[in-house]
Amino acid sequence: MDLYEHQARELFARYGVRVPDAEVADTPRAARRAAQRLGGRVVVKAQVKTGGRGKAGGVKIAADPAAAELTTRQILGMDIKGHPVRKVMLARPIAVEAEFYVSYVLDRAAGRFLAIASAEGGMDIEEVAATRPDAVVRVPVDPAEGVTPAQAAEIAAAAKLPPEVAPVLLRLWEVLTQEDALLVEVNPLVRTTEGRILALDGKVTVDDNARFRQARGESEAADPHTDPLEAAATAKGLNYVRLDGEVGIIGNGAGLVMSTLDVVAGCGARPANFLDIGGGASAETMADGLSVILSDPAVKSVFVNVFGGITACDAVADGIVRALERVRLTRPLVVRLDGNAAARGRAILDSHPHPLVHQATTMDSAARRAAHLATTAA
Amino acid sequence: MAIYLTKESKVLVQGMTGAEGMKHTRRMLAAGTDVVGGVNPRKAGQAAGFDDRTVPVFGTVSEATAATGADVTVVFVPPPFAKAAVVEAADAGIGLAVVITEGIPVHDAVAFHAYAKTRSTRVIGPNCPGLISPGQSNAGIIPADIATKPGRIGLVSKSGTLTYQLMYELRETGFTTAVGIGGDPVIGTTHIDCLAAFEDDPDTELIILIGEIGGDAEERAAAYISSRITKPVIGYIAGFTAPEGRTMGHAGAIVSGSSGTAQAKKQALEAAGVRVGDTPSETARLALEALARLT
Repeated sequence: MDLYEHQARELFARYGVRVPDAEVADTPRAARRAAQRLGGRVVVKAQVKTGGRGKAGGVKIAADPAAAELTTRQILGMDIKGHPVRKVMLARPIAVEAEFYVSYVLDRAAGRFLAIASAEGGMDIEEVAATRPDAVVRVPVDPAEGVTPAQAAEIAAAAKLPPEVAPVLLRLWEVLTQEDALLVEVNPLVRTTEGRILALDGKVTVDDNARFRQARGESEAADPHTDPLEAAATAKGLNYVRLDGEVGIIGNGAGLVMSTLDVVAGCGARPANFLDIGGGASAETMADGLSVILSDPAVKSVFVNVFGGITACDAVADGIVRALERVRLTRPLVVRLDGNAAARGRAILDSHPHPLVHQATTMDSAARRAAHLATTAA
Repeated sequence: MAIYLTKESKVLVQGMTGAEGMKHTRRMLAAGTDVVGGVNPRKAGQAAGFDDRTVPVFGTVSEATAATGADVTVVFVPPPFAKAAVVEAADAGIGLAVVITEGIPVHDAVAFHAYAKTRSTRVIGPNCPGLISPGQSNAGIIPADIATKPGRIGLVSKSGTLTYQLMYELRETGFTTAVGIGGDPVIGTTHIDCLAAFEDDPDTELIILIGEIGGDAEERAAAYISSRITKPVIGYIAGFTAPEGRTMGHAGAIVSGSSGTAQAKKQALEAAGVRVGDTPSETARLALEALARLT
């Protein structure tokens, strides 16, 4: 999960990394009061989990509290690359002398973290790396040792950063390891005209798998920007991602569901969602999944694609039959059962005929059927 | 022959006495796996019954290896304790640790992979279905009855259910070994490791490589294939329709910016001479065609 900038800022501060004075506001009036407390002149920054908000007009200077209120009014409700702005952060402006880049990223192939540093901060680091590769320093971190003071000093020196950055690198490593983060990026890390090192903007991605040992505060955990259907699915414990098509998809196993989406797309329709019900396709899970998918008005047909591996298809068929007793099916449903006990599963569906339920024996033919039903629906 | 797992493999199960451990140990035994013991410190000295077999439970992995000569372990231990379980297996000199557990924090995986390397323990997974050498042994949760015949195909996949789907479609041809390497961002055994092992396995005539969005493992595999693999390779990639920045079920299945896309992976594989199927069924058909050309 990506954190918002203001959440990353709070984390940095908690680990002793200097950050600008700032407050969060979700109304123009609150922004005005925050600006007053911050000394009048502020930077108003849209809080969205996407890059390029400056170019999109989501970052503006306000000369005084009245201007901060007006600017916040303009920024709140903006849509930046599909992300509606619900909050702004107001920060006291900083007199910047130099901008740097530092981050820890996961190197998936090497199975360890990489420290990346550059004296050319403030820009897209991918672009800097592409145009001036010498300006970007990458140093692998030994998983057993972590970042040592000596290594932090070496990284800073290699990237031609001032030596005061080294302790910041150590603190950011603490953020990464103590918070179970997968990414800690500060861009820019600045030196102010008074010579202080400050994290002006940052991005932190935390590992969802570490929830069992990371008690996230309310402000970090809650994500009010979630799509309502995704929120409903999450509340039911479903692994659901909403897309913008017309064929609802239910399947078992992440790989098979991704593949199902692709095969439907290959048949000329667009998938409406990703939904992996995993191994245990109980009636309850099936009913929950169907009700979430059917509450998406864009959905014109639903494709249930199950390969019985550990799960037996007769159990899945029972689940579908019982789910259809609980959920009113309003659009056609194409079911493909294959693998373990597929014949018994198909027989169960045959013995509970439903005018909107269709069966197909292969994934490809079922996808064609579901796509056809969706694209020809009135 | 097969890779990593043969009928000689002596298999331990860490977390055997839990519900998942019991269920899958029973299935592994039914598939012919030589399960020699389970590990649970709180149930040391007991035995677990499976139909007509009983399997002893040991307090530690090193006690189990000393008593049984186990060289493979299958880990079902829950996420908070998985790191310690792998470290313990590595310390006991286990050669192959198959980590089924889903939901292990990345920092723990980074730590145990690094540690296992120092002890020369191969890790498969985490968040994987394990591996099966049909007719010989099954270490993990792959349903053995999908494809019971030993055969000519080696399969390596990030996805469990796509492995099952392809094994089912090609059950008449059969497999030397099918390896589910797992869908987490950091895994122990890669596509490349399996490609190299299949290349060296005399019984494997064709390799199927299944990938999905996220990371660049498939691109790396493509580079490896063009320089080192002489056997035909058939590919399949899932996730062409996945939106940027969203995790699709597997923790590692995410397109970040322009990197990790299915399109880039397919292109890299095709540039390396790998035929890539558009659907799992087409992939199976391509594999059969390629095998027919070999004989």
